[in-house]
Amino acid sequence: MSVVTEEKPIKKSYKYVGTRPVRHDGLEKVNGKARFAADMTKPRMIHGHVLRSPYAHARILSIDTTEAEAMPGVKAIVTESDFPLPKKDEGFPHRSKNLIARDKVRYEGQAVAAVAAITRRQAKEAAAKIKVNYEELPSVITVDQAMAEDAPLVHEDLLTEGLDSEPTKPSNIAKRSFFEQGDIEAGFANADVVFEHEFTTKVVHQGYIEPHACVADTSRDGRSEIWCSSQGHFMVRSATANMLGWETSKIKVIPAEIGGGFGGKTTIYLEPLAVKLSEKADRPVKMVMSRDEVFRATGPTPGTKIRVKIGAKKNGEITAGKAWLAYESGAFPGPWGMLGGWCVFACYNIPNIQIEALEVVVNKPVNIPYRAPSAPMAAFATETVIDQIAQDIKMDPIELRLLNAVEEGDYNHSEMVGTFQLIGLKETLEAIRNHPNYKIPLGPNQGRGIATGFWFNIAESSSATVNLTEDGTAVVITGSPDIGGSRASMALMAAEELGIDPKLIQPLVGDTEAVGFTDVTEGSRATFATGLAVVRACQKLVIQLKERACIMWECSVDDIEWVDGSAVHKEGKEPPLALAEITSKAKKTGGPLNATGSLEAKGQGPAFSTQMCDLEVDPETGKVTILRYTTAQDAGTAIHPSYVEGQMQGGVAQGIGWALNEEYIHNKKGRMENPGFLDYRIPVASDLPMIETIIVEVPNPKHPYGVRGVGEVGIVPPVPAVANAIHDAVGIRLRDAPMSPVKILKALNQKNGASG
Amino acid sequence: MIKVFLGSNLKNFTNGVEELELEATSVKSLIAEMDRRYPGIADDLESGFALAIDGEVIANPGYEKLAEVSEVRFISPMQGG
Repeated sequence: MSVVTEEKPIKKSYKYVGTRPVRHDGLEKVNGKARFAADMTKPRMIHGHVLRSPYAHARILSIDTTEAEAMPGVKAIVTESDFPLPKKDEGFPHRSKNLIARDKVRYEGQAVAAVAAITRRQAKEAAAKIKVNYEELPSVITVDQAMAEDAPLVHEDLLTEGLDSEPTKPSNIAKRSFFEQGDIEAGFANADVVFEHEFTTKVVHQGYIEPHACVADTSRDGRSEIWCSSQGHFMVRSATANMLGWETSKIKVIPAEIGGGFGGKTTIYLEPLAVKLSEKADRPVKMVMSRDEVFRATGPTPGTKIRVKIGAKKNGEITAGKAWLAYESGAFPGPWGMLGGWCVFACYNIPNIQIEALEVVVNKPVNIPYRAPSAPMAAFATETVIDQIAQDIKMDPIELRLLNAVEEGDYNHSEMVGTFQLIGLKETLEAIRNHPNYKIPLGPNQGRGIATGFWFNIAESSSATVNLTEDGTAVVITGSPDIGGSRASMALMAAEELGIDPKLIQPLVGDTEAVGFTDVTEGSRATFATGLAVVRACQKLVIQLKERACIMWECSVDDIEWVDGSAVHKEGKEPPLALAEITSKAKKTGGPLNATGSLEAKGQGPAFSTQMCDLEVDPETGKVTILRYTTAQDAGTAIHPSYVEGQMQGGVAQGIGWALNEEYIHNKKGRMENPGFLDYRIPVASDLPMIETIIVEVPNPKHPYGVRGVGEVGIVPPVPAVANAIHDAVGIRLRDAPMSPVKILKALNQKNGASG
Repeated sequence: MIKVFLGSNLKNFTNGVEELELEATSVKSLIAEMDRRYPGIADDLESGFALAIDGEVIANPGYEKLAEVSEVRFISPMQGG
């Protein structure tokens, strides 16, 4: 289903943009030919294995590799002494300190050493022979533990940034961010109803199916080639070089296909270890994580504790919003609380706001992005309180949101957006309200929940090269790994610009030496920013094509226009000259036709999603069954609607897992007890109904096709939508995710006990 | 005159000041003026800040012209998933 808004600028009519061709990489993906990092083999290749910390927090007193070095098949061992700390980290701060433990281990699973041997088994057995002498230290696992008076310090020298006065002693609170507008007390005084509640969420993992893997081949001339799966191979190159103290140009990264990322592959864990092991062993080294390692050592999303207070008048007008947000950041500081603070009230016009956000270090893996990082937890709090206000003032929950929803010209408190340009929040709310599913009657123990969500999206740098071939096809090379169908969207935009069928476009992902620098595929940016680079390259090619036609026709370029894939003489003096005819004569008219496009993109469009969840609660077991799920999202323009729908459905599926099942479970020593998909349960197909999608199209005025990012915002509303539906079904308000059967039964028993 | 919002991220460098008004024709001259007022702040900005210039986010600012600009906000680098 597609909704095109009539009040806003209507999109142009396109020939190829908005169609649904079979994805160019589809066949290889389904027949097993697509090559992922773990598929790579090289002559003389050996295997690496990482020795990881068994403790959540411990001082390293000594490391002795003598016995391990003498083990059969061992070719190389690395420890922290092989990786001098860079003066400044590339990209994520503290990435180099996370790569391999130095003075202390700060979470269970942190790398301590790595071994390369002829076989994986030999490498694993040798790693077990490395003698690490630890002094175990008390650990902090939750924000409450970490912020307690006299809590054990994850970093003895960490002073809190952002305080009103200079901190006098170290703390586990890395940073405080504070935003304020209006008069918060006057705002609450002006309200007829005020609700304030505390919410908690647990650490959850991105859950990509493909574990991290790479092959590094370091040659004696000091250069290294890396094959790996990531969301950005230029990031892999610069971060690896940074951690090794090498020049960036000494490393070439060849992107493998990627089996899911969702933000989890925007950093690196293995590559510098593999490069160094390869250098020492003088052989290619392959490293592949197990699922256990993925859970224990790679970045999940933060656990949180959030208090939200919202006041409103009886007519539904929100007068004030106050939020206190404490986000775990794992073992090293991150920006997660600040991002949550920016998102917590972003959907609404609230005149009086006060937000305090804290980044709290704990003895758990370093948190990194997961689809719209930090926004889902903040939305859980805000959207649940909004639902309670709607119930209290007896207003339809969509009407309440529409009454307060931001639109073009409204100011966003986050500083990231400033004044909103054309946005589609209200259109997503209206799309859900007008959908037939909103009126389907519900039975006993069944409930309906509404929630909405916001995400900024990101722009950054992108490059593209387009080569036209002799037979009239186009090879489009970009630097963006394809994690969500970007090959198809690049091909469609190129087809639209050049005027040729998308089947004639071959979209490729180039390595770090085959295409210009491109930032990570993150922040829903690839179709927006890399798409802009493709459009620019194609527009240059159209100019070249017209010039070649004018050589062939012996006329002025002013006499020619480019129409539907052909040069057309404005006065009709020549029959149209198709692109393939021009490229077939390229050698006679000046040589090969190619062009590049590159830019530091600006003007990404903020994304909004409104979702409706229908579910049933089994009062005997507490089990929740999702009956129907409907999601409306502003895509700006859907370049390839199938992949937009796929992103929407994927975000919802992951959000439902977050809402109902997923959580890291740690014991008192800070060790994870469920590092596998049997015990850490992500939704499977049989857990979910077909998720119904409504693509709303309010074009982004800063993109030639109106593109917004679509990859992330879909995960923001599910947790509160499920919570609100559970309340609608059985009358209990759950404010601690995941809302597992145990918690539901406990709340039902309390409710029934209280009423009975 | 440009309104400059430093936010809570930079106020440790500015003795708690979060808003400034100053004259600048470019991001380069703006940072130079800020460094004159708060010595050392330029080095910190070099280590990674984004800007919102009249509401438009610049992920890697450096040489943007500010002739017609009324508001500049310093913001932390964004991350996405």
